[in-house]
Amino acid sequence: MNNTVFTKDRLINLAIIITTIWFLWFAQHFFDEYTIRIINNVAIFIILAVSYNLINGITGQFSLEPNGFIAIGAYVTAILTVDSEAMLYQYDIEDPYPWVLALQSNFGWALFFSGTISALLALSLAFPVFRVRGDYLAIVTLGFGFIIRILAINSPEITNGSLGINDIPEFSNLYWTGGLAICTVLAVLNIIYSKFGRAMKAVRDDEDAATAMGINTFKIKTMAFTTSAFFEGIGGGLLAALLTSISPDLFTFFLTFQLLIIIVLGGLGSTTGAILGTIFVMAGLEYMRFLDEPINLFGFETEAMPGMRMVVFSLILIFVMLFAREGLMGKRELKDLFKKKKVNK
Amino acid sequence: MDILTFMQQMVNGFSLGSMYALIAIGYTMVYGVLRLINFAHGDIMMVGAFLGYTFMAVFELSFPVTVLLSVLISAALGMFMDKIAYKPLREAPKISLLITAIGISFFLENAFTVFAGGTPRPFPVPDYMEQIFDVSGVIFSVASITVPAVTLVLLLGILYVLYRTKYGMAIRALSFDIKTVNLMGIDANTIIALVFGLGSALAAVGGLFWAVNYPSVEPMMGVLVGLKAFAAAVVGGIGSVTGAVLGGFIIGFTEVVVIAFWPEMGGYKDAFAFVFLILVLLFKPTGIMGEDLEKGRF
Repeated sequence: MNNTVFTKDRLINLAIIITTIWFLWFAQHFFDEYTIRIINNVAIFIILAVSYNLINGITGQFSLEPNGFIAIGAYVTAILTVDSEAMLYQYDIEDPYPWVLALQSNFGWALFFSGTISALLALSLAFPVFRVRGDYLAIVTLGFGFIIRILAINSPEITNGSLGINDIPEFSNLYWTGGLAICTVLAVLNIIYSKFGRAMKAVRDDEDAATAMGINTFKIKTMAFTTSAFFEGIGGGLLAALLTSISPDLFTFFLTFQLLIIIVLGGLGSTTGAILGTIFVMAGLEYMRFLDEPINLFGFETEAMPGMRMVVFSLILIFVMLFAREGLMGKRELKDLFKKKKVNK
Repeated sequence: MDILTFMQQMVNGFSLGSMYALIAIGYTMVYGVLRLINFAHGDIMMVGAFLGYTFMAVFELSFPVTVLLSVLISAALGMFMDKIAYKPLREAPKISLLITAIGISFFLENAFTVFAGGTPRPFPVPDYMEQIFDVSGVIFSVASITVPAVTLVLLLGILYVLYRTKYGMAIRALSFDIKTVNLMGIDANTIIALVFGLGSALAAVGGLFWAVNYPSVEPMMGVLVGLKAFAAAVVGGIGSVTGAVLGGFIIGFTEVVVIAFWPEMGGYKDAFAFVFLILVLLFKPTGIMGEDLEKGRF
């Protein structure tokens, strides 16, 4: 095929996108509510994992802050979409500020602002955060996630404190979550295959060498960080509109830990891996629900053990790190798999 | 604020700072030799407190015996953790080591939640620890004197081990270059295990004191304390033992004093350590006592 517009890669991608859209339409119309909810969840976590992977896997800057950005996104969407009467009724600790009541928009704009505000915050954070490398980065970003949560608890005029915001209109459906998941994956893949993406990988593989090649590493890291914060904010907004009620307890380090397992299992640095990881982990969390409940072992009833799933998941994380550090995909993408097959033939 | 309240806050700050210091020493030593933030260190402190609870409430042992047993078992746990999870990754990228540490931290927290229950349990504080002295208006409990005193003794002990013994010399050598140390005929893995053992023992002491001062134990108690202690280690200059103790006191005092002066800031108490951390990294990334990142530590 000598056609440069419809290359084989592009046709495969187009086919995958059309299949996914058809699947979303089919699921929205014919699946039961429980399954739709799980698919919604998976779609949101694909957005979160793919964007988290951009900073952690592609750029190699090990950061632990997504719970902070997701929280900001969720709160922005909640404040913008809950109408002022419902807000006045809910805010028990302190009356909300007038501007909190006045800010109203439709769901699309709310998501856009969720992303933008997260991204702006990431931009202003980049300066202190990227002064440090490696492990320090992890702990500073972890601290940032904590601070966001503490701020949410301590500003009841804006966030209703630890009570959280309830009765958020349930806007999230498969078209929103799935559609935005497709957009996120496409956007992130486009970044990865652009010159910026190559620069990000160079920063990951050897920062000093990248600097020597004339790459402004601070700029590249900031770009990756801001982009990932933008999509995490949008994911947070979708999450708020799916759950319909949010509180600071939702955005603990546990959320970050879940995303970390997803991208490590999928393979740090692979977008395909992040998507597969999301599907495996989310399905696993649903499937392993039985672990938290009483188990009937040959007639012996064990007690209910809430938290057992997380014990299993942390063991999986340790085992992946010890024995299969590459994860499912390593740094490969879907199209690399096709290439490999060709070579083998 | 009158002078009495101020003195009282000083006593409280000393006590809190000592506990952060005890835990920070473990972070700083492990970071010194492996360049690893041992995320599970705060959870070792939790394990130490839980062991104390088990020995005192279940087996009804006396407090000194409890301390001895908990410290020994925690030290063994720290060494075991190193052998199982960190040793196979010595040659791996640093990030793998960090992710494993996070995994172990989550494993310990959740395993204790599953098998011990997530609700806080009251810690049986021995009566003599709760005895109170009134020195011209400033109130001391036995615990609030014991904690800084023990911290000081342990700090001197650690400094003695580091600077006056052969093992200490090996630890300091490791912080320069692991490969060369191996070539010198020293078994680096034994020394690293020793560092984990020492650090975990101190964390267990910190955990026991924490349980005595705030008499309850629960599986998540180590998370926030651990992070603040790490912040203390960075503020003091990571890699420096004296710096870690200094950092612990700074963080402890700030928390106590700020809340005493501005009680309405109480809700933000847990954020101070991180604000400190970010400020230090912005203006003096090596901390107070720290040296250049590329040189050896201690």
